[in-house]
Amino acid sequence: MPPLARRNLFHDRVRLTVTLTGIVFAIVLIVVQIGLFIGFTSATSNVIENSGADLWIGAKGLAYLEQAVPFSERKLQQVRSTPGVATAEKYILVWGNWQRPDGRKEGVVLVGLNPDLPMGGPWNLSAGSVQDLKTADAIIVDELYRQKLGVTHLGQVIEINGHRARIVGFTQGIRSFTTSPYVFASFKNAQTFANLAEDRAFYILVKAVPAADMERLRRELAARLRDVDIYTTTEFSHMTQFYWMFTTGAGIAVLLAALLGLIVGIVIVAQTIYATTMDHLREFGTLKAMGASNGYIYRVIIQQAALSAVMGYVLGMVASVFIVRGSREGGAAILFPWELAVSMFFLTLLMCIGAAFVSINKVTRIDPAMVFKG
Amino acid sequence: MQPAIAVHNVTKTYSQGSAAVHALNGVNLAVQSGEVVFLMGPSGSGKTTLLSVMGCILQPTAGSVRIRGREVAGLPERELPAIRLAHIGFVFQGFNLFPTLSAGENVELALDLKGIRGRDARRRAMELLEQVGIREKFDIFPADLSGGQKQRVAIARALAGAPDILLADEPTAALDSHVGRRILELVRSLAHAQGVAVVIVTHDSRMLQFADRLVHIEDGRIVEPSEAKAPAFAATPLEIAPLAVSGA
Repeated sequence: MPPLARRNLFHDRVRLTVTLTGIVFAIVLIVVQIGLFIGFTSATSNVIENSGADLWIGAKGLAYLEQAVPFSERKLQQVRSTPGVATAEKYILVWGNWQRPDGRKEGVVLVGLNPDLPMGGPWNLSAGSVQDLKTADAIIVDELYRQKLGVTHLGQVIEINGHRARIVGFTQGIRSFTTSPYVFASFKNAQTFANLAEDRAFYILVKAVPAADMERLRRELAARLRDVDIYTTTEFSHMTQFYWMFTTGAGIAVLLAALLGLIVGIVIVAQTIYATTMDHLREFGTLKAMGASNGYIYRVIIQQAALSAVMGYVLGMVASVFIVRGSREGGAAILFPWELAVSMFFLTLLMCIGAAFVSINKVTRIDPAMVFKG
Repeated sequence: MQPAIAVHNVTKTYSQGSAAVHALNGVNLAVQSGEVVFLMGPSGSGKTTLLSVMGCILQPTAGSVRIRGREVAGLPERELPAIRLAHIGFVFQGFNLFPTLSAGENVELALDLKGIRGRDARRRAMELLEQVGIREKFDIFPADLSGGQKQRVAIARALAGAPDILLADEPTAALDSHVGRRILELVRSLAHAQGVAVVIVTHDSRMLQFADRLVHIEDGRIVEPSEAKAPAFAATPLEIAPLAVSGA
């Protein structure tokens, strides 16, 4: 087919620029919002998913990670004696107050674990090691929050809930969904920081023996323990994600913004392709008079839309990559997995071709006799 | 010999509010292969409407339209593009070339509709432009062509599908008389050489020498049949239908 679609598209460069701007805007908005959604979702449950545990045991009524209430750590022995349990460790996850060197306070989430069997422990360490948490007052925080917490160097001493704490390591990329960064400590140190009684824990993390039947293990544990909820890592992760993203409305807000981006993109592309079609209406009428089928004419319009989609997608991806990279040092991560990039290609195509249907409807109704009018 | 196209007792009526306008009223016309017929008449006489009916762009309200003996009046709308593609070429007053395609590509587009693509299309487009005398303009865009050159491209495009019938609506109206004569010379020679039936709507009485036959139309009916100039194309007997415009 002679390049009618491509030539018509490039014929009016101003209009093409408007079309591509609309597509890029839509792509960037959707990528940022979906990326934020993915980032937020990941941040709500990253401690759970990187815990290395198979099961999470918490007090009855558990709905999400930060909701846990302390219970007797005596249950730990009952858990450890259950067949199918390879290891089980008590775990603390509780809010705390961090005092910056300048006197300001910041909220943090204290995470207490066994450094020798670091289920639920820090990952992606850029300085120090998990074993360093065994020393007195030791904590590990994430590099992202150094400025927020007033941290200037490794070994720095600060206060948590009025207790002395010393930074022995940093991690990279452990974000918290709430504004409170995670602070990792040994179980004992965390108990001190949190002013917890010695026999209290917030969770028991369970690692099953290899090839264990998880449902059977859960039933065994439920039969032995009272007043607890037992969830697999996957279940607990999903529950926590759902709570923060949907029950609070945060996720819906970003998804709505993504939908808005899609609608704006469709409207802009539809308007410019329609305007281009109107400019070339006489040509479409001529094509009809020459004997072109409606399908042939639709192909020209759809080719125009598809070309716009491809060009806009490339530009949109470049812009998105820059924005995503720029967000890495910020508090909110915009995650951009390859699946999102591929999905955006098809969504962009769909958006542009869908927008072209307004024009297709118009050319369907062309009266070919119009070609005889001078 | 079966005419390339024949309309018999064709009527075309439009509604304008509560009034009915008879754009065509009982028109009869047959055009043989290779014959050049000029359709003349004042503005609003129904020339373009008749051309549109013959070109399967408009369906008649009543009557018969036969192309190569096949009845096309009354066919569903969706079948008409295929009829046009197979049998009819159009040349327009305003040329109606695609401005974003070169001369050659304009012709290739017509070939593409017929399923001829790639090198074959290019070769055939070159031949057609050669026939109309502007092969060297293959890669030139319409904006850089003269009026006469544009019309030559339009003629080449119209002939690309090897049509049985060529319908031209005021093809020389936008051209000066010298160029217009050259265009009509070209159309006449191609019609005779390729056996294409040609119907040309024109106001220009200075071009009559290029017609094999003149047909006059007024108020939707053919009023003065002219004898054919060449004995091979005897005039078809025409009926004169009474003028009728019905009111509210």
